[in-house]
Amino acid sequence: MAKSYETELPLKACGWAGTDTSGTLSPFNFSRRENGDDDVTLKILFCGVCHSDLHTLKNDWGFTTYPVVPGHEIVGEVTKIGNNVKNFKVGDKVGVGVMVESCQTCENCQQDLENYCPKLVFTYNSPYNGTRTYGGYSDFVVVHQRYVLQFPANLPLDAGAPLLCAGITVYSPMKYYGMTEPGKHLGVAGLGGLGHVAIKFGKAFGLKVTVISTSPNKKSEAIDKLGADSFIVSNDPEQMKAATGTIDYIIDTISADHSVLPLLGLLKLNGKLVTVGLPSKPLELPVFPLVAGRKLIGGSNFGGIKETQEMLDFCGKHNITADIELIKMDQINTAMERLSKADVKYRFVIDVANSFSSL
Amino acid sequence: MASQPEEEHPKKAFGWAARDTSGVLSPFKFSRRETGEKDVAFKVLYCGICHSDLHMVKNEWGNSIYPLVPGHEVAGEVTEVGSKVTKFKVGDRVGVGCMVNSCKSCQSCSDDLENYCPKIILTYSVKNVDGTITYGGYSDSMVCDENFVIRIPDALSLEAAAPLLCAGITVYSPLKYFGLDKPGLHLGVVGLGGLGHMAVKFAKAFGANVTVISTSPNKKKEALEHLGADSFVVSREQDQMQALMGTFDGIIDSVSAQHSLVPLLALVKNHGKLVMVGAPEKPLEVPAFSIIGGRKTVSGSMIGGIKETQEMIDFAAKHGVKPDIEIIAVDYVNTAMERLLKADVKYRFVIDIGNTLKASS
Repeated sequence: MAKSYETELPLKACGWAGTDTSGTLSPFNFSRRENGDDDVTLKILFCGVCHSDLHTLKNDWGFTTYPVVPGHEIVGEVTKIGNNVKNFKVGDKVGVGVMVESCQTCENCQQDLENYCPKLVFTYNSPYNGTRTYGGYSDFVVVHQRYVLQFPANLPLDAGAPLLCAGITVYSPMKYYGMTEPGKHLGVAGLGGLGHVAIKFGKAFGLKVTVISTSPNKKSEAIDKLGADSFIVSNDPEQMKAATGTIDYIIDTISADHSVLPLLGLLKLNGKLVTVGLPSKPLELPVFPLVAGRKLIGGSNFGGIKETQEMLDFCGKHNITADIELIKMDQINTAMERLSKADVKYRFVIDVANSFSSL
Repeated sequence: MASQPEEEHPKKAFGWAARDTSGVLSPFKFSRRETGEKDVAFKVLYCGICHSDLHMVKNEWGNSIYPLVPGHEVAGEVTEVGSKVTKFKVGDRVGVGCMVNSCKSCQSCSDDLENYCPKIILTYSVKNVDGTITYGGYSDSMVCDENFVIRIPDALSLEAAAPLLCAGITVYSPLKYFGLDKPGLHLGVVGLGGLGHMAVKFAKAFGANVTVISTSPNKKKEALEHLGADSFVVSREQDQMQALMGTFDGIIDSVSAQHSLVPLLALVKNHGKLVMVGAPEKPLEVPAFSIIGGRKTVSGSMIGGIKETQEMIDFAAKHGVKPDIEIIAVDYVNTAMERLLKADVKYRFVIDIGNTLKASS
């Protein structure tokens, strides 16, 4: 008998799913588990559209299983809590990010680094208990309390949703790699969902921030609206030359294939280039600049739960949210096309609650 | 008629130089400057042969100036000191490494990181501040600013100290800087040559568990029994590599040939470090997932500052960290270079300058 996504679990759910590598989404009826003793059920209010959603829909990374319901920048309202749940109550505004389960026993989990757990379960497209996880492009989700975040009361829910992935993805490496010393010079390569949040964090940490981008037309917005101190067009050799050896650290958010050599050239001695974008082809790493300038290239993969909460609280304190364009669920395919052309300032957020009929 | 190298300075000197990109070395008369008020003059007794010397005599990096006297692992005995020299006296056992001067005013120099000074003066084959070309340690004498001279402790023989001045510091510095000098860490060493064997020895002295990662199975016995490595893996053996995935806190990669970093990054634990001290000529591929998935880093390091080089030599003397060397006469140097090209040396040639370099009549 063919598997029915609608009946494999007890609670009916509806969402939008991609069903093949075209990446086109369409309505999809499926099901979710009952709320267990450690679980929190949230009615999804908003869900950010992360570029990873697009990569996954098109199977760019080669590990998509269809049908896939993307969405890992989820903000919602608690509708049910399990018997063991003490930190959340019905009506709370909460968030769910990139993961919904980890082993909880390995060294990574013990150190609040669940994002590096080898048994990590992603919010969508992961095998889980005989079925798969489905993400936030849907009406509700049931999540173990450990992976649910308190959402700051003073932040707007829609503009805060992208913090659950974009926010933590730049916040975590900025902390880990020491990119927080006031007065130092941060470069942000790429001005999209990740990049624009990195600028805001950089300014909140007291850094001088330079945007490095291929698009000259993003300059005035970067400086006047986002608060960057300066802007370099990366394919302008003179601008790049003038900035040689002036930057302490660079967050590279670019997900297209690109050369890192020019970025390494911008770094001072001991400088750090941290990549958080996921180009599909390997980076070509020239070793000589690393050796001659004791420079470093590192990676980082979103963040643990404790750190994600810390990041949200930091955003609450500094009033940091994403710049968003709110859409309805049935506009998602157009949004994905525009996202593939980087035609968004700077995150689409789906107004989920107003797109689906209620539970 | 005396040549320009012979006449440009007042003191006669003699060494071996390469004349062209064949890299073949032969006797060469030149001259050294008068001992200035801050200079230390010393007779060279030993000089290590670094693989960089081989690259340079053949102009593989495109910046060689001929005639080229290589040698930046130089050890000897002080013969004269300038009037304002405070750190050394005649008879002291000293060494000079890869640099003989720097600007002394930039941030790097102020931070004891002269090796990263943009105006660094290398020990050989570069233009010095007086416009003359520097000549290295395959020669009978040197004159050097006292701030770039290293004291060699009595506990180290000069021939053992010489290779430490480049190979030693090149691995010691990143082990310290990247926090890979803590006891109990699991460190990997890729490549078992001059740099690699010193990395094994320093890492053991720091209390690490050391695995050598090599393409040559025949190096295993020596690595374990003689160099003191704890284990050895052949990088082509998938099973061996698989078993060690995600188990290394850090890896020092001394290989300068083109090679893949992907399997090495897989060996590194989450949050672990791959440090390049060899510099392959062409860029190497790093899939973003390889460093994002486990928050790993790839970095590089280049020799070390003077203060750290002295610290390294003192550490080596105290802990008995010495290179494995093959002492040769200077007229063997071309054969040694050929053997070095085939990695046929355990693990550093050192030229016995004092006993075998004689000025031709």
